[in-house]
Amino acid sequence: MSATENGWQPAPDLPPPSSSVGIIGWIRQNLFSSPLNIFLTVVGLYIIYKAGVPILDWVFWSADFSGEDQSACTSGGACWVFVGQRLSFFIYGFYPESEYWRINVLFVLLAVLIIPQMIPAFPHKKWLGWFFLVGFPIVSYVLLLGGSFSLPHVETEKWGGLMLTLVISFVGIVFALPLGTLLALGRRSDMPVIRAICVGFIELWRGVPLISVLFMASVMLPLFLSEGAHFNKLLRALIGIVMFQSAYMAEVVRGGLQAIPKGQYEAAAALGLGYWRSMGLVILPQALKLVIPGIVNTFIALFKDTTLVLIIGLLDILASVQAAITDPAWSAVAAEGYVFTAVAFWIFCFGMSRYSQGLERRLDTGHKKR
Amino acid sequence: MDSKLAIVLIIVAAIAGYFAGGMGSDKPAEPTATATTPAPKPQADDKKIPDKAKESSNTLAAVKNKGFLSCGVNTGLPGFSAPDSSNKWTGIDVDVCRAVAAAVLGDATKVKYTPLTAKERFTALQSGEIDILSRNTTWTHTRDTSLGLNFAGVNYYDGQGFMVKKALGVKSAKELDGAVMCIQAGTTTELNLADYFRYNNLKYKSVTFDTTDQTREGFEANRCDVLTSDQSQLYGLRTKLNDPDSAIVLPEVISKEPLGPSVRQGDDAWFNVVRWTLSAVINAEELGVTSQNVDQMKSSNNPEIKRLLGVTGDMGAKLGLDGSWALQAIKQVGNYSEIFERNVGSGSPLKISRGLNALWNKGGIMFAPPIR
Repeated sequence: MSATENGWQPAPDLPPPSSSVGIIGWIRQNLFSSPLNIFLTVVGLYIIYKAGVPILDWVFWSADFSGEDQSACTSGGACWVFVGQRLSFFIYGFYPESEYWRINVLFVLLAVLIIPQMIPAFPHKKWLGWFFLVGFPIVSYVLLLGGSFSLPHVETEKWGGLMLTLVISFVGIVFALPLGTLLALGRRSDMPVIRAICVGFIELWRGVPLISVLFMASVMLPLFLSEGAHFNKLLRALIGIVMFQSAYMAEVVRGGLQAIPKGQYEAAAALGLGYWRSMGLVILPQALKLVIPGIVNTFIALFKDTTLVLIIGLLDILASVQAAITDPAWSAVAAEGYVFTAVAFWIFCFGMSRYSQGLERRLDTGHKKR
Repeated sequence: MDSKLAIVLIIVAAIAGYFAGGMGSDKPAEPTATATTPAPKPQADDKKIPDKAKESSNTLAAVKNKGFLSCGVNTGLPGFSAPDSSNKWTGIDVDVCRAVAAAVLGDATKVKYTPLTAKERFTALQSGEIDILSRNTTWTHTRDTSLGLNFAGVNYYDGQGFMVKKALGVKSAKELDGAVMCIQAGTTTELNLADYFRYNNLKYKSVTFDTTDQTREGFEANRCDVLTSDQSQLYGLRTKLNDPDSAIVLPEVISKEPLGPSVRQGDDAWFNVVRWTLSAVINAEELGVTSQNVDQMKSSNNPEIKRLLGVTGDMGAKLGLDGSWALQAIKQVGNYSEIFERNVGSGSPLKISRGLNALWNKGGIMFAPPIR
C-alpha cells in the first residue's frame, strides 16, 4: 500500500534467464544437468534412434499400403496390403457379407452409447447407461443372430474376428459385474448356507485356470449331456467365461465392501433401511466407487483372456489372424498380422483404462491421497 | 471356527461347487442349437440295438431333417481347410463335406463348419456336435478301434518328409547324418523321426518350436539344416519362405499318414453315405467324369458311368439317397482330380504333385471300390 502512495514502484522482476525456462531450460535441467546425465541422455537417444528408426521405417516409410496381393509388397517393409485385403475376415469372421451392415449398426450404436459417457455434461447419461447394459445386449442378440424381424438367421459358427471378441468380452463384462456383486454380498452374508454356497462358487471357479474351464465347456460337457441334447459351443464358452470372471469380480467387490467403515452400515440401519436398500443406497455405491480400478483391471484382463477361446476352435480376432497368415498366397505376413492384432487390443484396453480414470475423477471418493 | 462347522461348510461348498459346475448344462439352448437336435427316431422299436447306437444310427435322417450337414474342420491348414480370401472355408477336407452335402441334400453349400482343434475333434464327433469329421486326421489303429469312430476312407495319402536347404546339396534323407532338425513340438513327427534315424543308424540334433510358423522361421534363420513335417505341410511352408527356390523337399517319406473323413461308430447307413460319396468322386476321375462334362456324360454308353450318375440302377436308393447323389456331388464339387488340383495341386499356391495320391492306374495308390 504505502509503496504506491509514495509514488515509488519497484522495478518489475526480470524474466528468468532464457536458459532456465521453456523447453531449453527443461532440457538443461533434466537431461544435461551433470556429466552422467549427459552421457545417459546421449546413450538413450542413440538407443531410441537405433531401435525406433527401423521400426518406423518398417511400419510406415517402406511399407506397402495399397494393392491386391503379394505382388504389391515389394519394398521390404510391412505388407499392410495383407491386413487390408483380409480386414473383413478379421472384423466380421465368416459373417455373410450381405449382413455386414448389422454388425456395423452395432459398432455405431456402441460408439453412440459410449462417447456420451466420456462427456461429463451430457444429459440423460444414466438412461443411456442403463440402455447400454440392458437394451444394447438385447438389440445385439436380435441383430447378430437374426431369425426374427425378417432378418436371415446367422448361426454362431459364422461369427468371428473382432466382432466375436467384442461379443465375448461384452457378455463377460455385463454379466460378471452383477453376478460378482451378488457373490460378494453373499460371501459377507450372515446366513451360513448362502455364505457357504458363495464361498464354494468363488473358490471353485477361481481355483481352476480359464483354459481348463473352456476345455471343460467345449470337450467334457458335451460328453455328459445326453446325446442330441448338445447346445451351442459359443454359449458354452460364454457361460464358462461369465462364471470364471464373476468369481474374480466378487473378490474385487468384496475388497470394496470391506473398506466401508462399520459406521456406514450402522447409519443405514439407524435410518430404518432394510438389507437390500441399505446395500443398494448406502454401501454399494461407495464400495463400487472405491474399487473402480480393480473392476476395470478385471475387465481388461477379461478382454485379453477372450483370445483363449481359440483353443476351443472359436475364431476370435487373434485366431482369425492366425488362420489367415497360413494362407500360402501370402508369404511371411505373420508380423503384420500380429501387429494389427496387438494394436486392435491396445486401442480397446487403453480406451477402457482412460474411461476408468475419467470415472474415478468424476466420482471422486475423497479417499484419494492428495 | 470349530472343526465340526468347518466340515459342514466344506461339504456344503462341495455341493455348491457341484451345482455351479452343472449350471452350464441347465441353461436352455440358443435357437441355433435347437436346430441341431436330431430328428425324432422313427424306427425306434423294431431294431435291437443298444440305446446309444440307436440315437446315433439316424444321422442320415437327422441331416436330411435339419437341412444341413455339420462338418468338423481344421481351424486353418492351407489346402485342407482354411478360410480363403472371400472368407469361405476351402480345402480338400472341406470339399469332402461339400460333396457329402451335395449327395445327401442336393446342395453343396448346405454345410455348417465347426472349426476344431486337434484336442477336441474326436469329442465333437462322439458327442454328436458334428456329423462328419474331416480334419486332416490320420487313420490309425488306435483311433479306429478305441475312439468310437470309423474312418470312411482316405482323401489324402500323406507322410512325413524333409525339407532341406538346397545349398546343402543333399539328395536323400540317408545323407542327413548329424543334421540339425527343426520340429514342431507335440506332434508325432518327433517319434517318427527318432524311429527312422535310429533304424538307419543316423545321428541328429533337434530344435523344437511351438507353432508351424516359428518352425519355418527357425529354418529360414538357419537354426537348423532340415525341417521335418508332413509332406503336405512342407510344400505350404516352402511357399512361405522368402526364397522358396532355396529349399527342396526330399523324396523320402518316413511315415504313413492316410488322412480321411470319419463318422461315429455304429451308424452304418451314414458311414456308407460318406464312404461311397468319397468313392464316387474318385471313381468319377477314373471314368473321366468332371464337373464340366457330367451332364453330357449321362448319355454315355459306359455302363459304369451310367450306374454312377444314376441313369441305370438304384445305387442312390441303396444308400437312402436320391438317384442323382453322385451326379450332384460331381457337378457341384468336382471329381477327385479337380478337388485335388484346386486345393493343393497345380491350381493352388501349394503346387503339390499327385504322387501317392494319383489314381492306382496312374502310378499312385488312390483306389476306390467300383460302383456296381
